[in-house]
Amino acid sequence: MADPRPPAVALEGVAKRFGGVIALRDVSLTVAEGEFVCFLGPSGCGKTTLLRIVAGLEPQNAGLVRMAGRDVSRLPPSQRNYGIVFQSYALFPNLTVARNVAYGLETRRLGRAGVEARVDALLDLVHLRPHKQRYPAQLSGGEQQRVALARALAPSPSLLLLDEPLSALDARVRLALRHEMKALQRRLGITTIMVTHDQEEALTMADRIVVMNHGVVEQIGTPADIYTEPSSLFVARFVGHMNLLPATAVQPGRARVGALTLRHRPAPGVGPGMAVTLGIRPEEVRVGAAARDLDNRLTARVTSVQFQGAFTRLGLRGLGDGGVALECDVAATALADLGVKEGAEVPVALAPDALRAFVEPPGTHA
Amino acid sequence: MSVAVAVPERVVRRRVDAERGLRGALLGLFALFLWVFLAWPMAQIVWRSLHDNRGAFIGLGNYVRYVSTPAIGVSITNSLGVASVAMAVTVALAFVYAYALTRARIAGRGLFRLVAMLPIFAPSLVSAIAFVYAFGNNGIVTRQTGFNVGIYGAKGIVLAEVFYCFPHAMLILMAALAAADARLYDAAAALGASRVKTFMTVTLPGVKYGLMSACFVVFTLVITDFGVPKVVGGKFSVMATEIYNQVIGQQNFTMGATVSVVLLIPAALACVIDRIVQRRQYALVSSSARPLAPGQGRLTNALLFGYCALVAAAILGIYAVIVGASLVTRWPYNFAPTLKHYRFDTIGGYTPLLNSVGVAALTAVVGTVITFAGAYLVEKSRTAAAGVLYMLALLPVAVPGMVLGLAYIFVFNAAGSVLNRLYGTLAILVISNLIHYFTVPFLTATTSLKQMDAEFENVSASLGVPFYRTFWRVTVPIALPSIVGISMYFFLNAMVTLSAVVFLVAPGTELAAVAVLLLDDAGESAQATAMSVLIIGIGLLARLVYWALLRGVTRRTQAWTTATQEPTSTA
Repeated sequence: MADPRPPAVALEGVAKRFGGVIALRDVSLTVAEGEFVCFLGPSGCGKTTLLRIVAGLEPQNAGLVRMAGRDVSRLPPSQRNYGIVFQSYALFPNLTVARNVAYGLETRRLGRAGVEARVDALLDLVHLRPHKQRYPAQLSGGEQQRVALARALAPSPSLLLLDEPLSALDARVRLALRHEMKALQRRLGITTIMVTHDQEEALTMADRIVVMNHGVVEQIGTPADIYTEPSSLFVARFVGHMNLLPATAVQPGRARVGALTLRHRPAPGVGPGMAVTLGIRPEEVRVGAAARDLDNRLTARVTSVQFQGAFTRLGLRGLGDGGVALECDVAATALADLGVKEGAEVPVALAPDALRAFVEPPGTHA
Repeated sequence: MSVAVAVPERVVRRRVDAERGLRGALLGLFALFLWVFLAWPMAQIVWRSLHDNRGAFIGLGNYVRYVSTPAIGVSITNSLGVASVAMAVTVALAFVYAYALTRARIAGRGLFRLVAMLPIFAPSLVSAIAFVYAFGNNGIVTRQTGFNVGIYGAKGIVLAEVFYCFPHAMLILMAALAAADARLYDAAAALGASRVKTFMTVTLPGVKYGLMSACFVVFTLVITDFGVPKVVGGKFSVMATEIYNQVIGQQNFTMGATVSVVLLIPAALACVIDRIVQRRQYALVSSSARPLAPGQGRLTNALLFGYCALVAAAILGIYAVIVGASLVTRWPYNFAPTLKHYRFDTIGGYTPLLNSVGVAALTAVVGTVITFAGAYLVEKSRTAAAGVLYMLALLPVAVPGMVLGLAYIFVFNAAGSVLNRLYGTLAILVISNLIHYFTVPFLTATTSLKQMDAEFENVSASLGVPFYRTFWRVTVPIALPSIVGISMYFFLNAMVTLSAVVFLVAPGTELAAVAVLLLDDAGESAQATAMSVLIIGIGLLARLVYWALLRGVTRRTQAWTTATQEPTSTA
């Protein structure tokens, strides 16, 4: 579906260096209006720098930043029309919650009553109206975060930027806020870019994820795309959990792992004799009765059984010298039927359409 | 990833908007201020030292003459000697005192601390005058005992300087001693170390940087001080008085400049080392340290109490002499009480004192604005130019007052210069105080700015709020306690300073501290003590006002600073 409107944010060939260190290299991407996009990557990958370039807080060395078609590359932050929430929240400690939220409204011609009404509406939105007259130090971390969000949204910006907004919070608060923020974003329909190093956060909240590493974009796609079709070994490792097996390509769609020859998904660019890495997610490994009659079958010994709540993770090792090591997730309901314990020998199948092949040998991005 | 794109060295320049322009302009003004009133005068003094009095360039000729003429060259070794001895004595005395106040459980600790702080409120020469009254040829002690200690000369300088520097050393050492980690003492006790051994292996190493810092500070104070050697130095010449003699006595400005440049070296060196040492001291205290509860054996406590009482009595004694001498007809011959010395008839009444209060108040207000705003602009614009300004702002602490004063003569008393208009005004006195005491407030402001969230300005920018509004509504309120402290520092120092302004006062702009010097010089020492008493009184009053202000500020800001924290994961 072609959208005639220009994207809310478009980056073209953005690059950044800090002295001799190149932080970003030729980054291009677009964010559609109303979309929630996550910049995901390990620390030092350049995701925060990229966000700060969008915000105009950091000057880029090359490239264009467009917002709704307008070139803002050389505009100061105040003329870019966005709201931002920092990891530290940066709430003004000497102002009450209400004054913090009103901060960006006071310079606009709204009138006292107008400001008051807007502040109340925003505090209702984040369920903090009863705390209106408190100071930030009197609020919990999660509450402070919501005040920062309300303050950023108050002047009705067309873009919301979130710099690791949840990483300073307790695990439980973080989970609750994830849903709350996502719901709020949906309701307001505001274009949002969030920086995070937490892949779970990105998978649950984003419409699209931009996976970054060493200053370049590794992959852009929906959470499902990124999870099921990682375009590189780095993405496969960084998002979710994946068994990786060093292998040698034999012929198109077939690779040898030790003594085994396994069929895998077709992978372009793989030629016979090349070193490849085969990858399969733990929940895709079939074990026990489910493995029977399937392709790519082997027999393995159960080396460990780790109870993880909703599922159990089995450690497996293929029989014979140099047998492959695998991890396999079995749903709690299926585990009882399987009836395995440490030391048991089980049939295992690596379904060919779940087995991906990556050209890089393992360890490239270690 | 495979396409290697060259990333240009230069960033895409931001378009200049009004806010950015304003920021740049303010930073430019700050740079201009430091250039005109600091860098340019200092360059002038070095330049002049390379010329003779007729203006001909003679290279290092003045320096050669300085060190090879015994009559003036001796001031170098004299200065170094007096400063070293005063340093050793002051730090030793102050260490025991500070140890007693922080590590022992003795009665009246608050009072002892207060008494030891008194010398800060008086110009340095006041202690010298008091010593003359007590131990001089006609001093009360000399007359009572018939024994003349020979106060004029090195001995008197050391005695008076020890008294003057005592509170500075004590404050540094108290801070160092208070930062002890109780866990180390527990470990020493568990290992069976004796008290002496514990002191040698735990206490002393823990405060070694504090000790070094106290040494450097005292050394700098003494070597740059002018008031004490002027009063009790007699024929014993030190560098600070030599500058005065060359300039005022012999009108030999270039030799004055030469001595100044030489005096800069030890002072600057001590400052640089002190800064390095101070940084180490911070690193020494781990965040998990447990504070040490004071406590000593009974005998030690008694001894320490006796020591503190003795020192405090000595300090109070000095003040008693000053107050006493100002209130009697003719010390030590006629002890009939009188207030006639407070009429200041030889210097035309209260003008100098009123000038001093005015200059001090102006210094406090203007100085606070300039240092805080300057520190803000430098801290928030992380450019190379701002880095240069930061270094420049650290320079004044290493510049002795005499040197600054002489440099100002060169710049502001030059015929045909626009800056000449400032000469002989109260403004030049305010400015010289600003620069003379610039560094400490600037660093205080920088520290309090660094403690704030660096994203405040970014949040404001994203909300379309200009930086100056956030500066006024957020930055200043948060830093209010530091701001009040900065203004107090400026006020107190401006009240008691002598060295820079002694060259800059003119008819109509006399200052109280200078009046003390001139009165004493003219043999009117009773009036000098009366003026000293008033200076001290005003200082103490200002301190009281400051204390009340700080309490007010604290109460107002209590709501958001000491608010009860609910348990959160954010620190």
